[in-house]
Amino acid sequence: MSKEYIDGATAIARGALAAGCDFFAGYPITPATPILLHMVNELPKVGGVGIEAEDEIGAISMCIGAAMAGARPMTATSGPGISLYSENIGLAIMGEVPLVIVNVMRMGPATGGATTPAQGDIQFVRWGTSGGYPIIALAPSSVAECYTLTMRAFDLAERFRVPVFLLVDKEMNYAMATVDIEDYVDVSVGQRPMVPQHLPEPAVVDGIRVNVVSGRPDPRLRPEETYLPYDFDPIDAPPPTSPFGGPHITRFTTSSHDEHGFLTKDAEKVGRLNEHLRAKILHHRHEMAFGLPDLQESAETLFISFGTTARAMREAIDRARAVGRSVSGLTLHTLWPVPERMILDAVSAHRRIVVAELNHGQYIREIERLVYRHAAQHRRIPPDILGLDRADGELITPEQFLSMI
Amino acid sequence: MAATAPITIKQDPLSTYKNERPLPFCPGCGHALILNHLDKALTRLQIPPTQTVIVTDIGCVGLSDQYFATNAFHGLHGRSIAYATGIKVANPDLHVIVLMGDGGAGIGGAHLINAARRNIGITVLVFNNFNFGMTGGEHSVTTPHGAITATTRHGNPEYPLDICATVGENGAGFVFRGTSFDRDLPERIAEAIQYEGFALLDIWELCTAYFAPNNNFGRKEMLGLVETMGLDTGLLYYRNVQEYAHYMRQLSKSAKGATPLPLKPIDPEFPNQVQKKFHLVLAGSAGAKVRSAGKLVGYAGVMSGLWATQRDDYPTTVKSGHSISEIILSPDEVRYTGVRKPDALVLISQDGLKKSGRYLASMTEEDVLFTIPEFEHVETRARKVILDPKQAGIRITRTNLALLLTAAALRELNLFPMDAMEAAVRRFQGRFADQNLPVIAASAHLLPELPE
Repeated sequence: MSKEYIDGATAIARGALAAGCDFFAGYPITPATPILLHMVNELPKVGGVGIEAEDEIGAISMCIGAAMAGARPMTATSGPGISLYSENIGLAIMGEVPLVIVNVMRMGPATGGATTPAQGDIQFVRWGTSGGYPIIALAPSSVAECYTLTMRAFDLAERFRVPVFLLVDKEMNYAMATVDIEDYVDVSVGQRPMVPQHLPEPAVVDGIRVNVVSGRPDPRLRPEETYLPYDFDPIDAPPPTSPFGGPHITRFTTSSHDEHGFLTKDAEKVGRLNEHLRAKILHHRHEMAFGLPDLQESAETLFISFGTTARAMREAIDRARAVGRSVSGLTLHTLWPVPERMILDAVSAHRRIVVAELNHGQYIREIERLVYRHAAQHRRIPPDILGLDRADGELITPEQFLSMI
Repeated sequence: MAATAPITIKQDPLSTYKNERPLPFCPGCGHALILNHLDKALTRLQIPPTQTVIVTDIGCVGLSDQYFATNAFHGLHGRSIAYATGIKVANPDLHVIVLMGDGGAGIGGAHLINAARRNIGITVLVFNNFNFGMTGGEHSVTTPHGAITATTRHGNPEYPLDICATVGENGAGFVFRGTSFDRDLPERIAEAIQYEGFALLDIWELCTAYFAPNNNFGRKEMLGLVETMGLDTGLLYYRNVQEYAHYMRQLSKSAKGATPLPLKPIDPEFPNQVQKKFHLVLAGSAGAKVRSAGKLVGYAGVMSGLWATQRDDYPTTVKSGHSISEIILSPDEVRYTGVRKPDALVLISQDGLKKSGRYLASMTEEDVLFTIPEFEHVETRARKVILDPKQAGIRITRTNLALLLTAAALRELNLFPMDAMEAAVRRFQGRFADQNLPVIAASAHLLPELPE
């Protein structure tokens, strides 16, 4: 069995290239810089372009512009950079831009510890822009998963036209690890819904312009339009688009808009747009729920973790079981939207739930919300939910997990 | 329903690039004048609307893209130039036109300067009316000294930014200053759109809602201001430049075909003596190749059929302070990469010693400390093996000591054959192999009394 000895940054860059990424813009920041270096140096080899931008705001703006001209972009930064991305994350949500954002988390707040691992941006990426609209966030917990989940991030970003976060940390990005080459799993990467790339023929029927998407006359079309750039039907479907420079005229806007991409304050249209931005993720949350349940029937305790911390969890589980103790584990690969069914299924028979994360307890809020609500609905006594937190720059150790069984 | 004869969407030549919607601006606002000039320029050039992207910033000018029958991108305040850069690099054949105000030039100043420096081939029209019209007439970066605005009631104490000089002195290829009243503006805009590199037109105009009434500022006063400020108008900078987007695409064309980040599969070639997880820590100084010595151990381990991990700790300055590498070698997959108690610690320098307290304290009689004579007396229960670099018979440098001591430690520990280390150097160290192989060989001299 062939192996490889590499770091997470290389696996992430490879996953991006395998997913068809052809544009990258970023700004140097520890501990995300290795991804910038890989992408700037490697993208030309596949005909793409990687840019070191003037700042983080420029970096994400370039990615968004490139996406609307048909590129498949990625950017990478750390918490301080996400702060600067914030406004443009909102724009990407509003304009429905496929974009992969790698957040190599470091210890905060502020500049915090540049070379210190942390998982402190879990709620930040979910609520990190104004308005509160959903995004998708994935968290690999091994170097091989860095590759696979980067591909998955592109798939989800494209199919749902939304920013997708890949959450790793300094440890995952930098630490060398041995990978069994068979564990690099390729996943199919879809494409954003596209308008047919030809002009409608005929263009007009009975004086009404033909919509190239439906192939039928559409009285809503304006003289220059061949399709409607923000026409979502049903409400949870991302609208088909056409890149700048294609055969169709495309409008993009960051403001509340109608189906043409024109600014509007029409309450009905604005309400429908905002419901669409929510529904296109939340109605499909079960399609993007990824994780690794490792459950034992006799176990009273279930560990839930993700990312680097899940590595210690899995080692602790192996050690516990090696001495005959029962314990279950759930490694979450999807953090947002919350993989509710997977979590509730894993929780079901356990008496104690331990949520481990390198912060002061962020994701535990989601577990508590879910489990307590579910218990109340079914008139059951909920399990105990305990947090295993750490925010001193050190990793949570397997021994800390073992002490919680 | 019978289909009527198909008609094309727009008959060439286009007589206008605007759509039928009336412009929304205040009476007398310069925006309408400039947009009509832009329309004339586009009509003259007859660029297909599908190949034209109008990118608008925020403010009243941000409404403008909605009145054109071209591609449109309306983004955040100050970032229009950065979106335009991404669009242009993704598709260098597009004509990307940015419409921004003086407000956008202020908040987006970094993008403005850097786009000029890069000479990204976009056309920027600055609708410069000396204040923020949309939010109530606040002062902007171009408000003249002494002018009255909503936020400078006693006269502007600041001095205005010379946008043209800023971009022109920083490399922009095409820089023009004029006013919305210039009759030749359509020609100048058309020239700017046709120009290959970064083109900027700083177009002065009246905000009839705020700046004009607050400062008794009309057409005559605006033209007078150019003179009192001692500024030139017309084409101020024009140079031949290398356009950024096309250059980047050319770069990609010449690099295309090489394999990006190729897999480097490792098959076990050597035996190993590791029965359970072995924790090796290297503690030295940053910039002294501690991490690379560690990486070689990992590669050699994997080449010997083991699973390896390496976790490094070092300060943000990469060439001063400590450098600690925690390496785990294991017969099974390693998940948790941290080391609490080393089985062996290679203590290389004072910087390393400062960070080794918890390792030294945790080590027991079964563990080994490898170090130089200088640290012979450090307190630990671990067995000490003192390695004297003077015995190596090679010149000891800041960058080979870590590998020398690590290699000597590996000889003593006998986790895998030294052939594996040498093979790892040959395979993964490229041009440094010739320097490092003699160091590994020399490490044998540090252990005159090998066990057995």
